[in-house]
Amino acid sequence: MQTRLLFMILVLGLSSQAIIAAPLGLPPVPVPANNPQTPEKIALGDRLYHDERFSADGKVSCSTCHAREKGFTDNLRVSKGFNGLTGTRNAPTVINAAYYTSQFWDGREPDLEGQSKQPPINPVEGGLKSHDPIIEVIRGDKDYTSAFKQVFNVNANEINMDHVSMAIASFERTIVAGDSAFDKYMYGGDKSALNEAQQRGLAVYLGKGRCVSCHVIEETQALFTDNRFHNIGVGFKKIKGKESETAAQMLAAKRKGADVDKTVLTQENMSELGRFAVTENPTEVGAFKTPTIRNIAVTAPYMHDGSLETLEEVVDFYNNGGRLKESDPVSGFISGGIKPLNLTDQEKKDLVAFMNALTSPEYQALAKKF
Amino acid sequence: MKKSMNRRDFMKKSAALVAAGSLPLSVVEMSFGKSNSENFTFAYISDSHITHVKGNDFVRNWDRGLIRAVAETNLMDPKPDFVFYGGDIAQLGKPEEIDHGLDILGGLNGKVHYVMGEHDYYLDLGDYWKKQLGPDYYSFDHKGVHFVVLNSILTHEKWMHKKWDKGMDRMLQMARLDNPDGQPFMVGDSQREWLQKDLAKVGKDTPVVVFSHSPIQKIHKGWNFWTDDAEQVQALLKPFDKVTVIYGHVHQIQYNQIGNISFHSAMATAWPWPYPSAYSQVETYLPKLTVEMNRADPFNERDATGWQFINMHTGNVDLNYVLPENKNRVVAFDASQGKPVDRDYQDADKRIPPQVHY
Repeated sequence: MQTRLLFMILVLGLSSQAIIAAPLGLPPVPVPANNPQTPEKIALGDRLYHDERFSADGKVSCSTCHAREKGFTDNLRVSKGFNGLTGTRNAPTVINAAYYTSQFWDGREPDLEGQSKQPPINPVEGGLKSHDPIIEVIRGDKDYTSAFKQVFNVNANEINMDHVSMAIASFERTIVAGDSAFDKYMYGGDKSALNEAQQRGLAVYLGKGRCVSCHVIEETQALFTDNRFHNIGVGFKKIKGKESETAAQMLAAKRKGADVDKTVLTQENMSELGRFAVTENPTEVGAFKTPTIRNIAVTAPYMHDGSLETLEEVVDFYNNGGRLKESDPVSGFISGGIKPLNLTDQEKKDLVAFMNALTSPEYQALAKKF
Repeated sequence: MKKSMNRRDFMKKSAALVAAGSLPLSVVEMSFGKSNSENFTFAYISDSHITHVKGNDFVRNWDRGLIRAVAETNLMDPKPDFVFYGGDIAQLGKPEEIDHGLDILGGLNGKVHYVMGEHDYYLDLGDYWKKQLGPDYYSFDHKGVHFVVLNSILTHEKWMHKKWDKGMDRMLQMARLDNPDGQPFMVGDSQREWLQKDLAKVGKDTPVVVFSHSPIQKIHKGWNFWTDDAEQVQALLKPFDKVTVIYGHVHQIQYNQIGNISFHSAMATAWPWPYPSAYSQVETYLPKLTVEMNRADPFNERDATGWQFINMHTGNVDLNYVLPENKNRVVAFDASQGKPVDRDYQDADKRIPPQVHY
């Protein structure tokens, strides 16, 4: 009996492994114990992810701002929600989001399940007043009700937002991509996978550029993120001189019951408080999550506010110690690691060449557009 | 679901913080004074060690540490009644360094009180510092609390006033750790006489808070975590019901209770020192009460630095350490135990391994 049970566990383990086989350069995708991957759940999540009915104007789905054909972003400075309303933040790619230990730029949700519930009811994204209309649509759709029955063993009247978010999260956990030229060079034993400029760029990345301090590369894998929050100076000019006032406004709003998700996406100044809006910790003003830089060549524009259009600008921004121009002021809250780098023009070019070697084969066609 | 757990935890945490009166930025008022208006907080920044390189060049990392502490202090809500600066604005006491530090500190909202550090003093025996900031020992009353500032980094008159080629030679001697020719810090006879007279006017039930740069207790002589006449100063403070000594210099968290006196150290904005026990050649006396900071992560540039704000709601001190790239800590006086206690890490089983490991 025990042997049989063990056998079952092994088989199940293997089959879920097969669904989420890790690409070169990445570890296996972490899957929460209470939401295991199954092919049926992933297919259901895929459909929910693309369903535009879950919005106030019937035109906005997850895919609107996180479109596969745009590297799972929208390539806009900040995202457009229902009726063309815009928020305050750049849509991060879903590619490899499954590896983050918190979601959103400010980490206000711990996982993909929590994340997926917010946009449909944000006033500048899906625009719904509550999740009720989503559940209504699903309960009235026979394909959905039979799929939910199969996946979660629930009847139509038992379907709730937790089921929806679990299915979407399961789908998103399949959107992982490694196998880049860098991975082949670093982990695949192919020393010709990076050209000379890219190899020099990697040296700058690891050395003088100090990029690796936060966009982490390890011996056997590279998530290109430390999953931490840093103030690197982006967006600082918007609240320069008004930091205390803006922080006080945020705290006052929260004491009156304001929702962080709605507040930071609709109030430009408060958006710039970053992680502080979530934790209220004075050491996290203007701190945002380190995003992965895998497939960075296909996910422009850059930074939490989409304020930098090209990788060249990104390199200049860091090279000047957290500002685009040397004459710009530096935020008082800036992280200790952000300082002028004194890179040469050649080093800057090499660094960009290296970042162009982080594109996975499945997104390579998109890279050519940039 | 994880998410609702998270929310619930957050709510639970918020409630606990409000009850303890130690939300990071909002302070809950509790009564100790004659009226609620007498409850207050103040901020404390220390040990910035602004270092002049040449011309207009200063060591960037130390500048940024102080700039960040100033920016974060300005977020406090409600505003602190005043800010204390705990000494060592400068690295080598140079006027350029003191002025540059004061420029940055000029960004603070509200009144700043200053304490003399040895790095501010030994180049010119405090002349430039005093010219810019006034006397190096003084007292004042605020909302029912008597505040005393001491210059505790003096040493033997003979050594200070002996014939030095340059003031910088004296400064460099004093800046050196484990210096066989080093001199111990002391408050000295004349200041102690002044203190005795000053305290004679103060009611024994008035809370007294003393600021010094060095600890008014003896921890580790080789690094001057030490004041030679500590016992004599403590004796002057003994008659009062509630006494707190807050000091800089050590660049690390320390706290202690000796009789009626609570001791609290402050973080530096510049860099952390290791605990004296890391230096195994001599015996050291880190207070047993102290739960050490966890070891600084060298990859996080500001880790193990920080600043603090102090809540005076009981007449004793709740000291809130604001620690970038680490978890903030609160060490608050526990009336039932009669000593300061770390809110999260005091029990041995609550500590995280690097707090007891080098």
